[in-house]
Amino acid sequence: MTSITELYVFVLAAFVGYQVITRVPPLLHTPLMSATNAISGISLVGSLVAAGAHETPVSTILGFIAVTSATINVVGGFLITDRMLKMFKHKPKDTDGKRP
Amino acid sequence: MPIRDLFIEATYLAASVMFILGLRSLTRPEFARRGMQQAAIGMVLAIVGTLVKHEIVEYQWIVAGLAVGTLIGYPLGQFVPMTAMPQRIAISHMFGAVAATLVGVAEYYNSGGVLGHGEMTALGFEVMFGSLTITGSFMAFLKLQEIMPGRPIVIRGQNAFNLTLFAVTFGIFVYLIVNPDQKNLFYIMIALGLLIGVSMVLPIGGADMPVVVSLLNSYAGLASSATGFAIGNNVLIIAGALDGASGFLLSVLMSKAMNRSFANVLFGAFGSVVKTTKTLAAGQAYTPVSAEDAAMRLAYAGRVIIVPGYGMAVAQSQHVVRELAELIEHRGGDVKYAIHPVAGRMPGHMNVLLAEADVPYDRLYDMEQINGEFEKTDVVLVIGANDVVNPAARNDPGSPIYGMPILNVDRAKSVIVMKRSMNPGFAGIENELFYAEKTSMLFGDAKASLTKLVTEVKNV
Repeated sequence: MTSITELYVFVLAAFVGYQVITRVPPLLHTPLMSATNAISGISLVGSLVAAGAHETPVSTILGFIAVTSATINVVGGFLITDRMLKMFKHKPKDTDGKRP
Repeated sequence: MPIRDLFIEATYLAASVMFILGLRSLTRPEFARRGMQQAAIGMVLAIVGTLVKHEIVEYQWIVAGLAVGTLIGYPLGQFVPMTAMPQRIAISHMFGAVAATLVGVAEYYNSGGVLGHGEMTALGFEVMFGSLTITGSFMAFLKLQEIMPGRPIVIRGQNAFNLTLFAVTFGIFVYLIVNPDQKNLFYIMIALGLLIGVSMVLPIGGADMPVVVSLLNSYAGLASSATGFAIGNNVLIIAGALDGASGFLLSVLMSKAMNRSFANVLFGAFGSVVKTTKTLAAGQAYTPVSAEDAAMRLAYAGRVIIVPGYGMAVAQSQHVVRELAELIEHRGGDVKYAIHPVAGRMPGHMNVLLAEADVPYDRLYDMEQINGEFEKTDVVLVIGANDVVNPAARNDPGSPIYGMPILNVDRAKSVIVMKRSMNPGFAGIENELFYAEKTSMLFGDAKASLTKLVTEVKNV
């Protein structure tokens, strides 16, 4: 029964994602990719449990590597997205307003 | 529900909402930065929520992983140049997939194969999407970083081989769902997944990379989502679904912009170039132009459109482009930038480079926005772009790019094309725009030519 609920969550989230993301202009498609990538670093949540649950040495080591990889994405992903978005400026720098 | 679980669920819910709001903020450039900072806070909340889980009994490996990951992630976020963005994104898909796959393997290993069919299905999807994304992204990274040649590598019988590989892997997957305790098969399936990733990306050339990178984005998301199903965690399902939807949508947009069917993209059987293009009459003349003359025309032009392509990224000439544009604007000209959806190696590649060079984003126009304006444009400056301005896409049904939407550069009053030589590149598609009467060719390295143009325009 729970897996049906999970399927609901998945389908609705994908639907919301699709609706939101269709409205992202091509201008910001690269930041969009790095942003979704940072967000998918949420697999850290699963990795943390594997690394800290002390079930078997194998799962602890795999968990450690998973935590490392996911952290790379979270830290690097949000930083680079911010760096990119910082660059998109609206105001023309020093044009004299001579637009025909 | 004990108070601890309530707290955990609350952080997950908050994180999910903040992720969606963060993505929503990307619809407006002026709000985007704040929105994504909120999404980052959402991520921190979800991590804190997870750390108080009662399953977690020891912290040394967690702390070690977080520390090593931060040490590697920080420079990857802070110091990678914008020109290296495509390979940076490709390698990050790999890290995401590694995490998802290893969590899946750990789950399976701990269960000893004693799993329900539903759990096995989720785990199977998780490690299959994960493993093919690991190697696929790594191959894309190698190609984009030019450690491996960027051209398509095609072996005979590739399609048959890939199809068999898919079929066998899928067959094993179905068998595993029925018999989850077949441990060897589980690991064989992962190995085959890794192999699929390699064979999927090998035959893909540089110009098709935007589709591949988007598709891998989608697969990485689906792997995360499957992890959520496997461990019963909603925030993972939601974040993965968002990632999957975004990658899916971008792949559809990219494949449309390249006039490839989506089925073609889904099965990875793209990238092979059909060489049946009509060759132009031998000895057809083109008009070379000197930097002095080109500068003169730009200096006195009223309306100028700049069309950047991958060549601009390779030459790292975005800053000189901006300088030239400002000079023309100072003289009273109007300069706009026309960005084709698949210019460069990933979606939005050109926009990021130009934004880095301080070009205000209201000067950057999408194809649909600007295509009507070429007719009234005095000079179009094409910098290292080729296929996206090739009129054969409109007039030559035999051309491999026939039907692909292009920038209507050929309708402008005059065109200056900056290019290294008349060599048509590995795709071998001749571009009749280069031979048109109104087109002048300015040969040489984009950066060197642009610097010359800047000096000359200053002297006019």
